Amino acid sequence: MTDTGIYNEMHQNGGISAAYRNLDQWLDTMPADLRSLKQSEAEALFRRVGITFAVYGEGGDPERLIPFDMFPRVFTDREWRKLDRGIRQRAAALNAFLADVYGRREIIRAGRIPEHLVTRNEAFEKTAVGFRPPRDVYSHIVGIDLVRTGPDQFYVLEDNCRTPSGVSYMLQNREIMMRMFPQLFVENRIAPVDGYARLLKKTLASVAPEKCEGEPQIAILTPGQFNSAYYEHSFLADLMGVDLVEGQDLFVEGDFVWEKTTEGPRKVDVIYRRIDDAFLDPLCFRPDSMLGVPGLMSVYRSGGVNICSCPGAGVADDKAIYTYVPDMIRFYLGEEPILDNVPTWQCAKEDDCKYVLDNLADLVVKEVHGSGGYGMLVGPKSDKSTIEAFAAKIRENPGNYIAQPTLALSACPTFVEEGIAPRHVDLRPYCLVGEKIELVPGGLTRVALTEGSLVVNSSQGGGVKDTWVLAE
Amino acid sequence: MKLSIRHTSRYVFDAPVRGVVQNQRLFPALCGSQRVLQWSVNTPGATKGACFRDSAGDWVETVSIRGPVKTVEVQVTGEVETTDTAGVLRDHAEQVVPSVYLRSTRQTAADAALQALTHEALEPAGTQPLARAHALAGAVAEAIAYKPGETEAHTTAAEALSGGIGVCQDHAHALIACAHVADIPARYVTGYLQADADGQVHEASHAWAELFVEDLGWVGFDPANQCCPDERYVRLGSGYDAQDAAPIRGLVQGGTPAEHLEVEVTVSRHQQQQQ
Repeated sequence: MTDTGIYNEMHQNGGISAAYRNLDQWLDTMPADLRSLKQSEAEALFRRVGITFAVYGEGGDPERLIPFDMFPRVFTDREWRKLDRGIRQRAAALNAFLADVYGRREIIRAGRIPEHLVTRNEAFEKTAVGFRPPRDVYSHIVGIDLVRTGPDQFYVLEDNCRTPSGVSYMLQNREIMMRMFPQLFVENRIAPVDGYARLLKKTLASVAPEKCEGEPQIAILTPGQFNSAYYEHSFLADLMGVDLVEGQDLFVEGDFVWEKTTEGPRKVDVIYRRIDDAFLDPLCFRPDSMLGVPGLMSVYRSGGVNICSCPGAGVADDKAIYTYVPDMIRFYLGEEPILDNVPTWQCAKEDDCKYVLDNLADLVVKEVHGSGGYGMLVGPKSDKSTIEAFAAKIRENPGNYIAQPTLALSACPTFVEEGIAPRHVDLRPYCLVGEKIELVPGGLTRVALTEGSLVVNSSQGGGVKDTWVLAE
Repeated sequence: MKLSIRHTSRYVFDAPVRGVVQNQRLFPALCGSQRVLQWSVNTPGATKGACFRDSAGDWVETVSIRGPVKTVEVQVTGEVETTDTAGVLRDHAEQVVPSVYLRSTRQTAADAALQALTHEALEPAGTQPLARAHALAGAVAEAIAYKPGETEAHTTAAEALSGGIGVCQDHAHALIACAHVADIPARYVTGYLQADADGQVHEASHAWAELFVEDLGWVGFDPANQCCPDERYVRLGSGYDAQDAAPIRGLVQGGTPAEHLEVEVTVSRHQQQQQ
């Protein structure tokens, strides 16, 4: 298992790492039939709570269950502390960057980031320029995708500053593990994650707009039940005790945004939106948007409502900007980055592009604006004709692509048909930024269930695991 | 020059609607070429809502009208004192940097013909930025003849060029597209124009383009009238294209009835100006 150069998080050199010691025992004492019983129990529980994840463009059942693997992913307290500091640092720098590019533009004037990468970026929002959102926070929920390649080596794969999804899985995975294996939570001191909803609500309340007096009213704005993450929207609304609304439930009148309720209009102060910028306000962005609220941006700009994340926040998580995040950390915080970036070639640069085209078979190539694992090339897993077709696309529009080495993603023991086998994993923690920066220990571990696969996206057949951080 | 402006937009719906929300950018820009003596925007029956000065310096007001409503009328009246700055936008407070206006939209995207037009126009123009901008404005004026009623609100720059005719909106879009090909920031500007009696000048409710010219800043070019804005022009606001800069952008709630728009604009030279 170690001969491939892949870091196995549980087994190394015949030994078992500290984090997984108790789980080894658990496995040893678990009868095989109990395992399959528990697996079907887990599936039944997921179905009962209704957690499903629709997959775009794959046909079949859009309410497909995302596979849950019962074998937990474990971090020691020592491992987590470094990640925790690194994640907070990154979330702070990304927000400082957003405040800067929509404000004084110091990082551009200092020549640290080329202006065109910012101002010509599709996610750059003209209407956000010069406006300071409450507490200068633009991205209130930062999802940072991490991969591990060695005992102490983690890389940030990408940042998600708009509306990262998946946190409901983090919460449900834990809930279901606790119900199925309560003994594990007695034997192991596992840091809780169930404070997330309370922290999210606190974070959103802490960024109430200027004109809000008293307790801020929070609502989650969803595109509706046909959105793939609708379950998550309603789940979070439920946990926080706030209303889940669609655009048609809100209207603008006077200085504020109002929600239609059976008792008459109720003012909404903070909108946690789970729709894209382009759909927020048909009077400002796409005029054909049926999902947004006409006039919303005017109320936002005049301090009558806050929108989380702020329109334009996406310019910080663009893959072309990603390369510069370590520089941002140095520039705004005066610190060295705690977490490393994956070395990245930008096809927009001539030399980089040449290297990428010459080495496609060894690289992972992504679209600058892509997400969800679509439109990417995994060189080592692709045949010649696929690679050639992709090369043509890069030549046609080099600026649209970046490339990275194929990383030897760490593997974690996973229940598979033949028993237990290592499968590649990543990690998405959810960092909350408001008055304070908050982070629950752990995150969402995604696992590539197909042997050898490196693509962990749930839209590409990945599964999820409960993620433990062990207390000291 | 002292200009009096009366601008009425009347939206008539076939059937009553539940409500209307509008973003209005109907206030003259604060800039060196014009001084507002008096200005009022009135939308009878509407609740005035959020208002703010946006990143590009435009004053935006959002109004909402609760239905049932069949007619919405927006009445603008005012007086503005103008001076000729040879098209240069002076003393205009805005926060958006010019490079943002290198971005094209559906209506200002350049096709092969617009690219060719740009390169042809620039070849004899030399390297002087102002001369290049003039060359582009001239080329657009020549390539697209002024003729109202042939193009639509959604016509793109490429379509207007291929048809060879258009109105001020098409001229502005085409000039923006060409400027982008030449890597010159460019944007769409709306405003009013005092129409001369000789019939040479068209469209009192007007639109043109601004190009960012090194050392001068934003400079207006009006290909429809083959000139730069002078004291006959009143500048309202700007945007990427006609839709983004629209003086009135509205949305009807409850139903999708047919909508008829009647616009009356008069821009007249104030009598006292003679003294």
